[in-house]
Amino acid sequence: MTDTRIPAVRPRAATPPVTAPRRSARGRGARLLAALFLAPTVTGIVVFTVVPIIGSVVLSLFHWDVIDPPGFAGAANYREVFTDSTVLVSFRNTLVFMVFAVAAQLLVALSLALTLNGRMPGWLRSVFRSAFFFPLVLSAASISVVMKYLFNQDFGVVNWLIGLVGIAPVPWLTSELGAMATVIIVYVWQQFGFSFLLFVGGLNNIPREIHEAAALDGATGLRKHLALTLPLLSPTLLVASVVGIINALQVFEQPYVLTDGGPGDSTRTVVMVIYEKAFEQLRFGEASAVGVLLFVLIMAVTAVQFRLSRRFVHYQ
Amino acid sequence: MSRATLTSRPLPSLSRARYSLGPWARVAGLAVCALLTLGPVVWTVSTSLRAPADSFNLPPQIIPARPGTAAYHGVFDQIDVWLLALNSTLVTALVAAGQMITAGLAGYAFARLDFRFRKPLFGLVLATMMVPLQVTIVPVFLVLKSMGLTDTLLGLIIPAFPTAFGTFLMRQYFLGMPKDLGEAAMLDGAGPWRIFRSVYAPLATPGLAIVGVLAFNYHWNEFFRPLILETSGQNYTLPLGLVSLQGNLGTGSVSVVLAGVVLSMLPAVAVFVVGQRPLREGITSAGVNR
Repeated sequence: MTDTRIPAVRPRAATPPVTAPRRSARGRGARLLAALFLAPTVTGIVVFTVVPIIGSVVLSLFHWDVIDPPGFAGAANYREVFTDSTVLVSFRNTLVFMVFAVAAQLLVALSLALTLNGRMPGWLRSVFRSAFFFPLVLSAASISVVMKYLFNQDFGVVNWLIGLVGIAPVPWLTSELGAMATVIIVYVWQQFGFSFLLFVGGLNNIPREIHEAAALDGATGLRKHLALTLPLLSPTLLVASVVGIINALQVFEQPYVLTDGGPGDSTRTVVMVIYEKAFEQLRFGEASAVGVLLFVLIMAVTAVQFRLSRRFVHYQ
Repeated sequence: MSRATLTSRPLPSLSRARYSLGPWARVAGLAVCALLTLGPVVWTVSTSLRAPADSFNLPPQIIPARPGTAAYHGVFDQIDVWLLALNSTLVTALVAAGQMITAGLAGYAFARLDFRFRKPLFGLVLATMMVPLQVTIVPVFLVLKSMGLTDTLLGLIIPAFPTAFGTFLMRQYFLGMPKDLGEAAMLDGAGPWRIFRSVYAPLATPGLAIVGVLAFNYHWNEFFRPLILETSGQNYTLPLGLVSLQGNLGTGSVSVVLAGVVLSMLPAVAVFVVGQRPLREGITSAGVNR
């Protein structure tokens, strides 16, 4: 399902400080309680996220295969990684995947949300809404198992369906282009519901008077959406694209199950390379170097988005 | 919904023509998309109920001509479904319960208790939402190894207890409750613990439900961490078992694999039906709580 780690949510401005008298017994009680309440979360986050991030950076500077003691490597792992054609291809694949998957996901989700926003009986609306977000609750791994049969070149339902309109069978999983397309389609099929729900929520937040005023001015259809709805929806678009991109850069299950990175390396993604280097080849240093690079890439892409958003996002 | 008020106004003749056609085209388009979305799921269920020999029949029979449960018996013969389901249930239930506790407590502290470093600590928690799991997995694996927790279910459960998103969600939830309640209790002489226990905690159930449902949905389907941590079959969770079922099935029947998929889907579908509202709210809150 969609990742629950969702960034890009800015906290509301902190609440005014609690007015309990300082240094009183009650204030001390509150501080003690706060320490107790925070202990599990903060300890957990330090041990399982903060220390591992630092650990990743440190590890990326060492040669280590678990068996022999680690030896300092300096930048050797990074040099290794930058000349490793599999690693380079995996970054290219992941970026190509990200561009097409996120674009498709946002486009599908936005058109469906806008269409659903039109006039129709309430029960029908909720049936459609449930249908569109249903795939989100399924496991990406088992859905990929199912899709592997559906996209089979010889006996898959997909080629049978497109055969009905006279298209020749497509080698979905056995050609380089087809494999990437399949991974994208399967990913988008499962993920678009997430952006869809965000857009539905965003559309509900647009005050009704704005639509009424636009209708009085004679704005309808696509023009109304382009001139009016999209700017009002732009904060939601920002969140949906930031989260969409972060999730897409971490794609793993779909290519792992559908194509195992093939044919050749054509669908091998960065996370697959991290997995293979660390847990199949026991090259922990190189795996960490790739991980650090992925982290830097994610941060950079997100920063660029927020920079761009200053120009395109309108807050009401 | 907003259209209801629009249509009561007189419309120009041009858009009246569009309106008479519009709704039908819209509903038809949505229906086609809904079919495409649910189609693979329907195909999975119906193929799992077909006789194995009919798995690849084209056109696909949605209503099986020779229905049977042979495929389901096949799943139980080939993998220990009960063990996998027990493992998945244990992991998912404990993680969900753990996240509700940690997020509830930390969210309350961030929302309603006054202490030094509240802002930077909350900033730290929020910042960790940006860190992808795969970037930290190697050191996490090593930490767990040093604790002797690799290839155990606890190794999956304990690191999943802290939840940055859940903490954020619960903080928002507690912030939304009226402050007067706690102040009134304080005037009556209640201490911070009493105020939490008797005033705010009982009101937090719907928020905790969101955290719980999201945790269930994510961890029931989780694949990456179990794949890395669990090496022996007795510690596999359902998604791992299913992929291995497909792996050693070069000769066997598709319907057996699909029956396995259907079995593993059932709890997720049950939660979808029962907990759709908290699930939707949890997902949407990411975009709307700005």
